[in-house]
Amino acid sequence: MSSVSGSPAFQAVEGDEEVIIGLEVHCQLDTKTKLFCGCSTDYRDDGPNTHVCPICLGLPGSLPAVNRKAVEFALKVAKALNCRVLEESEFSRKNYFYPDLNKGFQISQYDKPLAVEGWLRIEGDDGEKTVRITRVHMEEDPGRLVHKGGADRPKYTLVDYNRAGIPLIEMVTEPDIRSPKEARRFLNKLRATLEYLGVFDSEKEGSLRVDANISIQPRGWFEAHGKGMEGRGRTEVKNISSYKGVEKALTFEITRQKNLIRRGQRLETATRHFVETRGVTTASRSKEMEQDYRYFPEPDLVPLRVSDWCERIVLPELPDARQNRFMDEYGCSYNHARTLTGDLRVAEFYEKVAAVDPRIAATWVADTLLGELNYRDMNIAKVSPSHFIELLQMLKEDVITDKSAVEVLRVILDQLAEGCQCEAPSSCVARLNLAKTADDGLDAVIEEVMREHPQAVEDFHNGRKEALNFLVGQVMRKTRGRVDPGDVNRRLREILPPGGT
Amino acid sequence: MGIFAFSAPDPCNAFITRIPEAEYGDGKLAGVSIAVKDNISTKGIQTTCGSKILEGYVPPYDAHVVELLRAEGAAILGKTNMDEFGMGTTTENSAYGPTLNPADRERVPGGSSGGSAAAVASGMVRMALGTDTGGSIRCPAAFCGIVGMKPTYGRVSRYGLVAYANSLEQIGPMAANVPDISLLMGVLTCHDPRDSTSIIAPYTHTPDPDIHGLKVGVPEEYFGKGVDPRVASTVWEGISLLERLGAEIITCRMPSMDYALAAYYVTCMSEASSNLARFDGVRYGPPADPKKQWHESFQERRRDGFGKEVRRRVMLGTFALSSGYYGKYYAKAQSARRNVAADFSRLFSEVDVLAGPTMPTIAFRLGEKSDPLSMYLSDILTVPANLAGVPAISVPCGKVDGMPVGLQIMGRWCADERVIDVAYAFEEGVSA
Repeated sequence: MSSVSGSPAFQAVEGDEEVIIGLEVHCQLDTKTKLFCGCSTDYRDDGPNTHVCPICLGLPGSLPAVNRKAVEFALKVAKALNCRVLEESEFSRKNYFYPDLNKGFQISQYDKPLAVEGWLRIEGDDGEKTVRITRVHMEEDPGRLVHKGGADRPKYTLVDYNRAGIPLIEMVTEPDIRSPKEARRFLNKLRATLEYLGVFDSEKEGSLRVDANISIQPRGWFEAHGKGMEGRGRTEVKNISSYKGVEKALTFEITRQKNLIRRGQRLETATRHFVETRGVTTASRSKEMEQDYRYFPEPDLVPLRVSDWCERIVLPELPDARQNRFMDEYGCSYNHARTLTGDLRVAEFYEKVAAVDPRIAATWVADTLLGELNYRDMNIAKVSPSHFIELLQMLKEDVITDKSAVEVLRVILDQLAEGCQCEAPSSCVARLNLAKTADDGLDAVIEEVMREHPQAVEDFHNGRKEALNFLVGQVMRKTRGRVDPGDVNRRLREILPPGGT
Repeated sequence: MGIFAFSAPDPCNAFITRIPEAEYGDGKLAGVSIAVKDNISTKGIQTTCGSKILEGYVPPYDAHVVELLRAEGAAILGKTNMDEFGMGTTTENSAYGPTLNPADRERVPGGSSGGSAAAVASGMVRMALGTDTGGSIRCPAAFCGIVGMKPTYGRVSRYGLVAYANSLEQIGPMAANVPDISLLMGVLTCHDPRDSTSIIAPYTHTPDPDIHGLKVGVPEEYFGKGVDPRVASTVWEGISLLERLGAEIITCRMPSMDYALAAYYVTCMSEASSNLARFDGVRYGPPADPKKQWHESFQERRRDGFGKEVRRRVMLGTFALSSGYYGKYYAKAQSARRNVAADFSRLFSEVDVLAGPTMPTIAFRLGEKSDPLSMYLSDILTVPANLAGVPAISVPCGKVDGMPVGLQIMGRWCADERVIDVAYAFEEGVSA
């Protein structure tokens, strides 16, 4: 692709520019067997080259046969992304040499992809927006190289073909994304959608890979010139394998490109690699991007005619629908509903615990639990819904205060994080003596505090309101938060002799 | 059940690998000696495709057809010589030396299934499996004086056949007579879900020599430029025999023949360039040099491991698929191919089978076809059937200069039975 950068028309002043981003997202489809053979896809905990057969090893003479389930999964994705499924699509060979590529070509789709022209609604920087999907196609994952003896200058390299033949779905967007944050949101929405469909497991290591195309153009240039992004040169950042990584890589790339523009340097269209550990992108050899893949139709497979099949597929409830239902059915706020439905596991967790009290549950899952999990980098799958129900129940029945509930939650999560069997919330409350102090007990504590701080009592009597806060604080301290500060305040006002003035 | 002791001498170099004591079982082929072309995977038996790059490669699995042979009790006696990866018309392009023609050891047996043909023709085995991408079964059958058949594309599973040109090639039977071809067809045509191009059409036919009223088309192009007049007249005599047996002979035209050879070579070279990419030194052949950059060592492996003809075809195929040339070559070849198929369907609406010579000449002398283009031209009469995917058989039909000549009969898509009937009628008619 040629670059027409550097022409005076594009020397826009800083601040009058916009960022144009398009993504190519590859996700592993969560089928039981590989795309073209019967080997299991559950290879992650097993030794190298243990999930292989003549077909996924590409042994001479072996032939691919399409996994029906993988096609069904891909059709679900196409439908959920509002795509048009082509009457006839076909597999093509993408020819290139690489040691992880067992056949010297990858079976992919080229000019007749499975589906085209879709869209996905996301929350953009300026409210809701639509990101158009150019195409959705299927392909096989190559093997994996394991470098031994130093990452920079490996002594030797081993090849593991366990991953070879895992079904991938590639989804390409139009250049509709305008910031790294939007890119992250798009990916989150896409991940949620795929997980709702039951075709993708984002928890599996290496299940997502993203290539991002990014360029910085004078504002309005893109609208005027449209697709092709042939203004200033663009960068294709390859090898991004995490959701956070996409935002990081794009942010880095924007800074890098802006610096070049500021210095008046020409921006060449180029391929760069994202180095996750350092958070930077590095230049790739230009040779790699000039590669000619010599695509041609895979003669060992017959064309797919699956548009009728796609029409018969009934999709499950997707994130947007679930968000609306959470607002209607549980009375969740828009923000809570969005947070709760943004991740399938969270949504399902919420639905399991909502019965206690949908509003309390929404606050406690969306705000407290997710925050605590995020802090510990933990997954909600580890948390037992029944334990959480117990906790919500105690909150609802006023057995513990909010503060105690947070403490119990933290104790339990810490236990889980250490891989221990966690205790039930009720036994945790009992062990730490966190149950709310009964009113008569409260009076005793208040009297004790009044005895110990006669000066504060005197001050309050003399009209110094802040003395009351001090006394509330002392009571809270003595009860270690087992009482509600509101209750203490009320009771103190009843007991204390009325203030002067 | 038993052991077949295989000790027959091999003066023509028909075999690359021999099994001195071959086990066999019960079934339709109990104890029948069969040779398998060396591009068909055999579990535990080296499969080289006639190439140095696969020397020592022992597949861990059997091709579908080999499973079928074993299930029917055949004694597999070895793997036969061939042009490297099937690329040739003479069986001279083998890393394991040329195979000689049993009828005259100064001449080639034809190719690329020359080893299989020589093994049958010299009586070393009763039957053999060959593969036919552009005539590789029919050509050596014609040159060695045996029967060889390329079935309808899809009737025999290609699972385990080391691909040269996937969209053109079929595994097929080679034998001394038509009933043996028919017997083998009955075993080989078993649907295989592992081959997506496999069709469900089992062959359960018994050859019927009655061809009264059969319409036999004879394309003028099959007797045109480049066809040795002595071969032409021998084949015409054969066709008149069919007429005497009750068939009606109708001359016809096949204009797409002008483009058939070009379409064939562009297609097979393109597919080959991709199929052979896996031989990069990482998994097969001598290991790549770890001190070198991977692309450098790939280049070395491929330069040293492949023969000249293979390198030529890989390079031409790579070129034909390159960006900017794809439309000029590969895409155009596919449209020419559709024209050939259209010619066949037009002709088959008027006639039942087509007949003509299998090869334009008798077997070449060793080394005679040193110029690749003249070798390519000799495939002109066999490639149309591959381009259209229709069945075609070659049966012995007299001799020229003491060398066998083949009569080729081509039939409608999936009418392998009819093609075998005509060949059987002819074979019976000749011996009557």
